[in-house]
Amino acid sequence: MTLFIFYCFAAVLIFAATMVITARNPVHAAMYLVLAFFNSAALWIMAGAEFLGIVLVLVYVGAVMVLFLFVVMMLDINLEKLREGFVRHLYIGLPIAVVMVVQMLLVVGSGIMDPATLPSGDLPIPEDAGNTALLGSVLYTVYVYPFELAAVILLVAIIAAIMLTLRRREGTKHQDPGRQVKVRKEDRLRTVDLPRNQQSGSR
Amino acid sequence: MIGLSHYLVLGALLFALGMAGIFLNRKNAIVLLMSIELILLAVNFNFIGFSTFMGDLAGQVFVFFILTVAAAESAIGLAIMVALFRNRNSIDVADLDTMKG
Repeated sequence: MTLFIFYCFAAVLIFAATMVITARNPVHAAMYLVLAFFNSAALWIMAGAEFLGIVLVLVYVGAVMVLFLFVVMMLDINLEKLREGFVRHLYIGLPIAVVMVVQMLLVVGSGIMDPATLPSGDLPIPEDAGNTALLGSVLYTVYVYPFELAAVILLVAIIAAIMLTLRRREGTKHQDPGRQVKVRKEDRLRTVDLPRNQQSGSR
Repeated sequence: MIGLSHYLVLGALLFALGMAGIFLNRKNAIVLLMSIELILLAVNFNFIGFSTFMGDLAGQVFVFFILTVAAAESAIGLAIMVALFRNRNSIDVADLDTMKG
């Protein structure tokens, strides 16, 4: 039964991946990629990586694919021009893909990937702990330094994405913090001596 | 019963599909980015398969970092697409000849 479910998800995953690379419309390709990510998440959860499956749905389907769709829909792309040479490239791409699959199948089928013969790792998975708790405890102890580096990479990505897409147009009203800090009292405040008006009188 | 080879074969198929996608969509840079996502997904499949069947958590931690870096990569890649489309009004890879490479 488990095997049947695995084959169902795997078949949909392969179909979705094929449609991603052959879809005429980039929006459809993005939607098929969402389907591929969903099926991958299900397969990862079946393999016992529950946390990563949920992260795949939340981060990829929820954030990255929305970003993809946003960009695809924002750019006004000439679809016909982008499809030129599709069939011509098929004659190069398909044989290379087939050769790669055959080579990798030979390696997998040769039996050197048998988990019983592979050396055991440094971080054995205990039987009685949840996947999320285990990952969390490892992430903040053994892998704390790479974890910090990942945070820095995300910060760099934020700054780079903003700097690449930011543009200053003429005529927009924006603040200049440097000038705001440098301003002195004399620049803005002007004291005027007004002659005192006796008739209207100050109360 | 599902074995390690099931995950490895699935990863190999996904990797080849992503690779074929790079060849097929030579012009459309956004679909190129999607093909790279497929390739990274295939790599993650291998990591998770080995992690499960060898009983080692390190593979899952590595997938975590790959997901982080891939998210950053696609964010920057899409930002480059937007900047490119503003300047050249096209995302055809063949149009990117400013540097005469």
